[in-house]
Amino acid sequence: MTSNTTQMLTLALTKGRILKETLPLLARAGICPVEDIDSSRKLIFATNQENLRLLILRGSDVPTYVKLGAADIGVTGKDVLLEQGGEGLYEPLDLGIARCRLMTAGRIDRPDMGNRIRVASKFVNVARRYFAERGVHAEVIKLYGAMELAPNMGLADLIVDVVDTGNTLKANGLEPIELIAEVSSRLVVNKASMRSQHDAIQSLINALSEAVAESTACYDQPT
Amino acid sequence: MTTVDRWLLPDGVEEVLPEQAQRIERLRRELLNLYRTWGYELVIPPLMEFTDSLLVGLGSDIDLLTFKVIDQLSGRTLGIRADITPQVARIDAHSIKADAVSRLCYAGSVLHTRPKSLMGSRSPIQLGAELYGAAGQEADVEIISLMLETLKAGGIEQLTLDLGHVGIYRALISGADLDYEYEQMLFDALQRKAMVDLGDILAELEDEELRSQLSTLSALHGDLDVLALAATALAGNDAALAAVSELDSLGRAIATRFPEVTLYFDLGELRGYHYHTGMVFAAYAPDQGQAVANGGRYDDVGAAFGRARPATGFNTDLKLLADISAEGDAAVISAIAAPAENDTELLAKIDMLRSDGETVIVSLGGASDARCTRQLVKDSNGWQVQALEVSSS
Repeated sequence: MTSNTTQMLTLALTKGRILKETLPLLARAGICPVEDIDSSRKLIFATNQENLRLLILRGSDVPTYVKLGAADIGVTGKDVLLEQGGEGLYEPLDLGIARCRLMTAGRIDRPDMGNRIRVASKFVNVARRYFAERGVHAEVIKLYGAMELAPNMGLADLIVDVVDTGNTLKANGLEPIELIAEVSSRLVVNKASMRSQHDAIQSLINALSEAVAESTACYDQPT
Repeated sequence: MTTVDRWLLPDGVEEVLPEQAQRIERLRRELLNLYRTWGYELVIPPLMEFTDSLLVGLGSDIDLLTFKVIDQLSGRTLGIRADITPQVARIDAHSIKADAVSRLCYAGSVLHTRPKSLMGSRSPIQLGAELYGAAGQEADVEIISLMLETLKAGGIEQLTLDLGHVGIYRALISGADLDYEYEQMLFDALQRKAMVDLGDILAELEDEELRSQLSTLSALHGDLDVLALAATALAGNDAALAAVSELDSLGRAIATRFPEVTLYFDLGELRGYHYHTGMVFAAYAPDQGQAVANGGRYDDVGAAFGRARPATGFNTDLKLLADISAEGDAAVISAIAAPAENDTELLAKIDMLRSDGETVIVSLGGASDARCTRQLVKDSNGWQVQALEVSSS
């Protein structure tokens, strides 16, 4: 067994849009994968830093890996954390990337609704909690994609989904209604790793936090 | 349920097979012996009690974790214990009734309605020690030392000991008169060390000094140096400073006794905040995503049973401990095969071998058990132990 200082740190990243916006931040913090992630089918990547490797996962799997300690650190959307619950994780940094909004939406010509409605969402826990807090009894239907279809086909009265530009909603005759939460990507850390590899993790957090401050200061585009 | 899945056990409920069971039992005996040498007396609280006594003092933290049934005899609600600590506190407060210091230890199964952590067991074997009637720091040092000895006996190396103190946060918010919902949000953000959320929440606070102190609190984690930072950051709040200096001397006392253990201080750690009253601690091992043992001070829990007493203790999960210590350990037994005969000399020889601690397995139907490497053979001098010829099967 190696000593604490030379232990391997594992950073789990979310593939897709979040990954595209995370890599420039990592680069600014001095961390680069040694090969091109896009053109490889690998899921584990070494970096220019000997003690740090990257995992490429689905966003909803990142909290699981980090909670169980299979990865020490992760990057995942706030929407995923709200849905799965952040118990057992530290959330020390808002990376300010992949911004969007978690909203309720419905048909533009929807009728007035009573206090018992049907809601389609991939965020079933968020949806249930949100409507319960407002005194509305929501029957939540779990869907895995194309939420916009549900109100149009009479499957649900409303949907709860992440909204970026709102164009998809508009194209399907829907409109955003209420804001549930502002979403951006967060850095999450396993509580045990934070203790056993405190120095390495804290310096990574500091470096990333500087990179975030720089990028919000000058609004530079990822290249 | 089809015959195909009839064998399935509920999620988080496991059966322990011979090899692992032996390891757990060996560890249990070894640890209870260790506690006896430190003066801790074993108690065996019941598997279930009235929820009135089982849940008192721990409140909502444990309520949801407890399986409940109605007692057919009294009509009252029974709980199957999810934590043995309150039972031992009751034993100390109500059944032992001595004003002297009492040291108690226990090992037993508990059940959780849902896993405490992702993929956690719902049927751990809780093992722990509690010390009542001593308010001083020597008691905390003793309990932490015993926990570290427990983990060492379990073969765990490279331990990180996490020390915190709920009194710091409590001292900070005590003067602030926060409403319940606001405090819940603040507490949650602190537990997640979510700096951004914390900043948003604190923006609502008017007291500027308190705002900066609470915001610093979530950054105060690391080695002994953070205590010096804390002393500066919390200047002006005497109760908080007293807690910091308590942690400082506790840390030094542990460092003297266990120089090989890495100390980690986390002043924003509020685990068990609702029932802990002073310092809290947890031990972390490499490659374990969760603490392997934890505890802290929980003075006056016994008040609900008529006797408020200083209290400190720790506990761990014996199954988890045995799992971690299992790596690289193969418990091979070398048994002796005996023929199934009614020869009195043979029976006497078997008794003698067994009382010497040997495992003697009678060969039923003539075939010797696979664990046997030796056998009993009769020659002119009577029954003798010989090497077992390797059969050609």
